[in-house]
Amino acid sequence: MKLLVVDDSTIMRRAIQKYSSSLPLRIIGTASNGAEALEMLVVHEPDVITLDITMPKIDGLSALKRIMEIAPRTRVLVITALSDTATGIQALRSGARGFLNKPFTEAQLVEELRHVCGIDDL
Amino acid sequence: MTEQELRIFIDVVIDYFVLLSDESARMGVPYIQEGKSQLLDFTGVIGISGARKGGIFVTASSSMLKELASLILESDDVAPDEILDMVGELTNTIAGNVRREFGSSFMISVPIIVEGRPQDLRLQIKPPVFVVPINWRSYQAFLSVGLE
Repeated sequence: MKLLVVDDSTIMRRAIQKYSSSLPLRIIGTASNGAEALEMLVVHEPDVITLDITMPKIDGLSALKRIMEIAPRTRVLVITALSDTATGIQALRSGARGFLNKPFTEAQLVEELRHVCGIDDL
Repeated sequence: MTEQELRIFIDVVIDYFVLLSDESARMGVPYIQEGKSQLLDFTGVIGISGARKGGIFVTASSSMLKELASLILESDDVAPDEILDMVGELTNTIAGNVRREFGSSFMISVPIIVEGRPQDLRLQIKPPVFVVPINWRSYQAFLSVGLE
């Protein structure tokens, strides 16, 4: 499965890439905002996207709606510091398959990605 | 801002360091900022809008930020721009995590990162600004919060 990592933090992008390396995912790129993510979605057609919310240009929730319009089968895991229940519900209603709060451990990310990708079911 | 609201910020900071390092941060006694802001090597600033208005900033030393980044990346190989990035991410995480209590109407901006001590950030946050010292390992950082 092809993975796109979207976060405006370079450390978070690097951490997500590192933590997910044990999974059968091929990282096809990273993006630092929602606009870049949408461009990469069209070009690379990722199967899975990790998506931050608080980002410049286009925020994650707006990008998520566009992602679902363009490629509704894309599996999106929202990873955000916004830890209120309403944001989680909004993300899931908008089409995200999972929601993970920052900060997170490697084990938590792997578990969420397994769930979102259905890796346990393979 | 009430004492109970300040406690929300303190609890979020404590949880952050425990999750990252298995070591709790020792929080110093909060005080109200008077005069110039105490700025360390790097400072992350986040504006608050929506139901509450104000700002949050976290200032920390380069060495502390490098150690935090090393923990997250599981590597001592941390580039200078990643140290800069770390203060933004730390500030963003604290501001985002308090929404668990403040709710989604507590709107936070994308972090602005300030390097060095070029200006008095007090000008960007309406007083009173509460300052909370954060002691973790051998380092000290400061969390400042001003909410109308």
